[in-house]
Amino acid sequence: MKTSGWGRYPVIDSEVVRYNSDDSLFENIDGRNPVIPYGFGRSYGDSALSDTILKMRPAKRMLHFDPENGLLTCEAGVLLSEILETFLPRGWFLKVTPGTKYITIGGAIASDVHGKNHHQYGAFSEYVSEFSLMMPNGSIKACSRTKNKDLFYATCGGMGLTGIILKATISLQSVQSNTIVQQTIKTACLKEIFQAFEEYYNEPYSVAWIDCTATGSSLGRGLLNVGHFKEDHKFEYKAPGKLNMPLKLPGFLLNKWSIKLFNQLYYQKNLKSENRSETTVDSFFYPLDILKNWNRLYGEEGPLQYQFVLPKKTSFDGIKEVLNYLQKKNMYSSLGVLKLFGKENKNLLSFPMEGYTLALDFKVDDKIFQILDDLDKIISGLGGRIYLAKDARMSVEIFNTGYSKAKEFRSIRDQYGMNKIFNSLQSNRLNL
Amino acid sequence: MNDRWLLILGANSDIAVGTAHQFASNNWNLMLASRNLSNLNKMASDIKIKHNVRVKTFEFDAAAFDNHKTFYQKLTYKPNGVVLAFGYLGDQETAQNDFEEAKKSLDVNYNGAVSILEIVADDFTERGEGFIAGISSVAGERGRQENYIYGSAKAGFTAYLSGLRQRLFKKNIHVLTIKPGFVKTKMTFGRDLPNILTASPEQVGKAIYKGVIKQKNVIYVYPVWRLIMLVIRLIPEPIFKRLDL
Ligand SMILES: Cc1cc2nc3c(=O)[nH]c(=O)nc-3n(C[C@H](O)[C@H](O)[C@H](O)COP(=O)(O)OP(=O)(O)OC[C@H]3O[C@@H](n4cnc5c(N)ncnc54)[C@H](O)[C@@H]3O)c2cc1C
Repeated sequence: MKTSGWGRYPVIDSEVVRYNSDDSLFENIDGRNPVIPYGFGRSYGDSALSDTILKMRPAKRMLHFDPENGLLTCEAGVLLSEILETFLPRGWFLKVTPGTKYITIGGAIASDVHGKNHHQYGAFSEYVSEFSLMMPNGSIKACSRTKNKDLFYATCGGMGLTGIILKATISLQSVQSNTIVQQTIKTACLKEIFQAFEEYYNEPYSVAWIDCTATGSSLGRGLLNVGHFKEDHKFEYKAPGKLNMPLKLPGFLLNKWSIKLFNQLYYQKNLKSENRSETTVDSFFYPLDILKNWNRLYGEEGPLQYQFVLPKKTSFDGIKEVLNYLQKKNMYSSLGVLKLFGKENKNLLSFPMEGYTLALDFKVDDKIFQILDDLDKIISGLGGRIYLAKDARMSVEIFNTGYSKAKEFRSIRDQYGMNKIFNSLQSNRLNL
Repeated sequence: MNDRWLLILGANSDIAVGTAHQFASNNWNLMLASRNLSNLNKMASDIKIKHNVRVKTFEFDAAAFDNHKTFYQKLTYKPNGVVLAFGYLGDQETAQNDFEEAKKSLDVNYNGAVSILEIVADDFTERGEGFIAGISSVAGERGRQENYIYGSAKAGFTAYLSGLRQRLFKKNIHVLTIKPGFVKTKMTFGRDLPNILTASPEQVGKAIYKGVIKQKNVIYVYPVWRLIMLVIRLIPEPIFKRLDL
């Protein structure tokens, strides 16, 4: 079956095995190599692609909930959207959520995803107290920070390369409303936006959109969006319906000029320099989910996402350099999303480190790969790294420089024989 | 409001799961019965957490006829409705060569159903309430070389349900026959099914719930199946036997 990640690059032919039950799982994958677990296919690149992909979505049952402390145990194929539908009406919300709710618990752990609150809360795995992992020989191990902790720290952020997560226990946070109070702060340049991040540090959620087409003294201008839950004890929740993008738009619609125009309009639309409003959980956290298959906006190929993080002390100059470089090359990202990360955790391959992260969105064309290779070098030189969940192309050298614990990860893979069965296009490329 | 109990026999099947969620979301408590208790308990937790209803699990083997009476007597609550969802597709070719395989198909799809439903029917008659929904198959409408052993057992089950319906109608007890057609399940995974004819287990669950509420007699999940099966039934035998259908 033809498969690809959310970025629709690359497309490969894979055999699909479907999770059926814990008991029959190993039997179904035994003797196959390579095989890689697959959640909901929301990673952009090639991390969930292999000759055989194991679809974990059928493992979607919630197994235990303790309303005293908000601890939920569920199977790895449960979607964040299902957790929302079940628990938001009862006053519980995820501690950490990425920009889409259509991802599985397994995918969230394997990518150790981050949300808009990383500066205060950290990454997803920090609220995972335990999970069960199916090992390369079919045995099942309980992993936590105290039990099999080498496996725990390798698996969180480990991109499916350490085994199959079967179920996990995560903690939910109690919230006092289904509504978010948000504020938008308009900034005139990169310096201002960095200052705004510091100024609003106490808001739990923050994320900025930057206009990648602005030049000169406006370079890096944008809108910082911050927010927190209201406290009105209203909890009714109804997920919004989805609009389908039925056809592939011709890629040429998304050109330099339309991107410029869109960015300028978007920047102008907020006239006041500060703006307060109330909004729903869905439109605050998951604006893109409203459009089903929005990835088709980019035509046949793409979107290609590129996300990197830089240590705090090189962030400002580094991001400036990246934006300048793109402009010099006449390459425009349609979307620039800037975030402030807090402290890095102990996982071997987790992406976040303390500093600023920028996500860029490109259409695939013949120039882009060379340009991204150049960006890789800039980022690598400044002590930064590239996000594996969005990667389909970085070189092993760039990876090794960015992820200082890669060696340790490789030796765990070796020690447990994980590399004899769990391999993806990404792990082959990065020699993991 | 919260004291209605639905008993699902063969609760581990994908269709049963779809049906269970549908009823639970309409405030029905559930008694789930099947052979694999560990899987059933996971399903029970899931339903309890998502729908805030009460769920009990029981071990039940459709082919263990001798145990059916005690199984029913030992249920914690008397059900207000029963969905019979168990079935065994098996392999036609094996069944042609090995009577044990054929017998398994007859035992699960027909004998087991008759055995347990007669017990249920007696109880419902006595209490003067209840409904029975049986999942049969379009394969029961005409024997085809590809699956006639399974098909003939389902044909028997369909006829059984129609007789039961007539008998229980007089007691105000409703009997529903469901013929789902193609369904996307673990049983059919990997088979190339035509999309427009293939329902999801959730759709089947919804159709069953609606069929019960509206007191339908026989439902096809996609109405077009009624037409397809009509055409198949109308083909004269001398022609039919020559077809590869
Ligand atoms: C619109 C959009 C917004 C996004 N926003 C963010 C964001 O804000 N922050 C962020 O961090 N990410 C973000 N992402 C990326 C996304 O959160 C991650 O790629 C996530 O891992 C996808 O999960 P999935 O269930 O779809 O997994 P897949 O894409 O199917 O798989 C991802 C990885 O998880 C592994 N995996 C999946 N299931 C299991 C399992 N059961 N056991 C072991 N390994 C498993 C796979 O092998 C693979 O390596 C966004 C993606 C989209 C499309």
